[in-house]
Amino acid sequence: MNKTKATLPTLLLRKPEASILLAGIVLVIVFQILTPNFFTDANLQTVSQFFAPWTLIACGEIMLLIAGEVDLSVGQVFALAPFIMHFAMLAGLPVILGVIVALLVSALLGLFIGVITVRFGVPSFITTLGAMLLFNGLTLTISGGFPIDTPAGATGFVLGGWDYSEILWAVVIALGMHVMLRHTRWGLHTVAVGGNPTGAAEAGIHIRRIKIGNFMLCSLLGGFAGILNAFHVTSIDPNAGGANVMFLAIASAVIGGTSLMGGSGTILGGLIGAAVLGILQDGFTLLGINAFTFDIITGAAILITMISNVQFAAWRRRSRT
Amino acid sequence: MSDTTYALEARNITKRFGRVQALHGISLNLKPGEMLGILGDNGAGKSTLMKILSGFHAPSSGELLVNGQQVAFESVDHARSHGIECVYQDLALVNTLSVYHNMFLNRELRKPGTPFLDHKAMRERAAAALADIGVNVPSVDEEVGMLSGGQRQAIAIARAVSSNARVLLLDEPLAAMGAREAGMIIALIERLKARGDVSLIMIAHNYAQTLDVADKVMMVQRGTCTFEGRSAETSVMELLDIVKREYRAAAQ
Repeated sequence: MNKTKATLPTLLLRKPEASILLAGIVLVIVFQILTPNFFTDANLQTVSQFFAPWTLIACGEIMLLIAGEVDLSVGQVFALAPFIMHFAMLAGLPVILGVIVALLVSALLGLFIGVITVRFGVPSFITTLGAMLLFNGLTLTISGGFPIDTPAGATGFVLGGWDYSEILWAVVIALGMHVMLRHTRWGLHTVAVGGNPTGAAEAGIHIRRIKIGNFMLCSLLGGFAGILNAFHVTSIDPNAGGANVMFLAIASAVIGGTSLMGGSGTILGGLIGAAVLGILQDGFTLLGINAFTFDIITGAAILITMISNVQFAAWRRRSRT
Repeated sequence: MSDTTYALEARNITKRFGRVQALHGISLNLKPGEMLGILGDNGAGKSTLMKILSGFHAPSSGELLVNGQQVAFESVDHARSHGIECVYQDLALVNTLSVYHNMFLNRELRKPGTPFLDHKAMRERAAAALADIGVNVPSVDEEVGMLSGGQRQAIAIARAVSSNARVLLLDEPLAAMGAREAGMIIALIERLKARGDVSLIMIAHNYAQTLDVADKVMMVQRGTCTFEGRSAETSVMELLDIVKREYRAAAQ
């Protein structure tokens, strides 16, 4: 193979993370020029708090998308988990154990949808669409539809009390997940399962185990993001998260270079994609552009990214043979 | 030699999928270093037989013996642990993974004492294994999806060989391949035979190619074996006659 020179254009074409990183840097520069407030401590906090929740969820969705599945219900686990924590504490558990119970329940919800998907062969789009309503109904029922306060104390502070707690957790977990995807058998097998399910099975990989495990991981991350967010806003809201945070997570994944077809994806790309969506949302707020416009931009960004991903894949294939 | 221990032996294997009887009792044997070609139409049961030998399906009845010992494979991994490796028609390659990741799929090397993959060792060993049997690829870092059909087949075979397989099952390795690529695969199979440390079973459609490369052949039709013989004593015409006879019988 001829060594391709690592010029900027080739880097942009070869590494999906590179183009989204460049887009992010350009956006930051533009917003800093247009508004003097971008690089202020207060604004950086705002930006980071915007995108931390959907960064965490994006990590889970990326693993699922790579494995050829998707989870639409994770935004409802986001809302449910803090209530599980609350009720565990009402039952007498300390905060930290309440958190652990909530995370276990989140993982079990992932197990539930994972088993339904792989055991009964229901497409995960349908399974999780059903689960989305089911979990939401569950949250509204146990909460009575009213928000409650989060418990005070050190656990809450570590999880979401400090201004940068959430983003710190999100980045550390994303880096850990990146290592898992690229440097462990689990990650490699996840790619294999999404890239060629029959082939992966023939190679002896337990594809059901891989898929169910990633459903559990995604729900676990959704629950954790919900708990962090509850501590951050000091309120447990039955209407928190929902489809909005789930769609932003999937958007982050796709913009970052994860394929919706399965078999390829990048956690780092998803992290950058999530940040770009956060920066866009924040920048538009600073500029006084309203939320509706943000949705238009996000939608357009997803479409443009998908078109370019498909085109680049075809271009790479042509250029190498 | 009546006291030969077969590398692999199957006795009266049957397989039923619900109401469909795919195999009606097939027997075969393979000496160490020997190569058997299995011929037959699509849907004759060749691939089912292959999947039973490789541990992917369990037979409905019948016996399997590896080196004279009776075995009941519970999984592909289990068959592998007995030295039986299959190269499926779909190659079981993951297009979005690199050549070296595919070479080590599901038997990845890890850095000792850690859960982390040893990419460097896998890259080096994959390159060495490919060079060892004379397979050329642009780079072991290349995604498999970017390679040609022949290269992909060669990688799948190299993967099976490099896992210290003693019996290699090849499911239509020459299907959908141009003359040059097929020639490359046949040359590869001949190099493996010359080394003599692996027994081979190849499923194929092309009678001439199969008689040319295999030591013996068998014909499978509608789940039963209709012919067995040494390649040297068999001609393409003879095989064609058997097929014709079978079709006439089926038509009546």
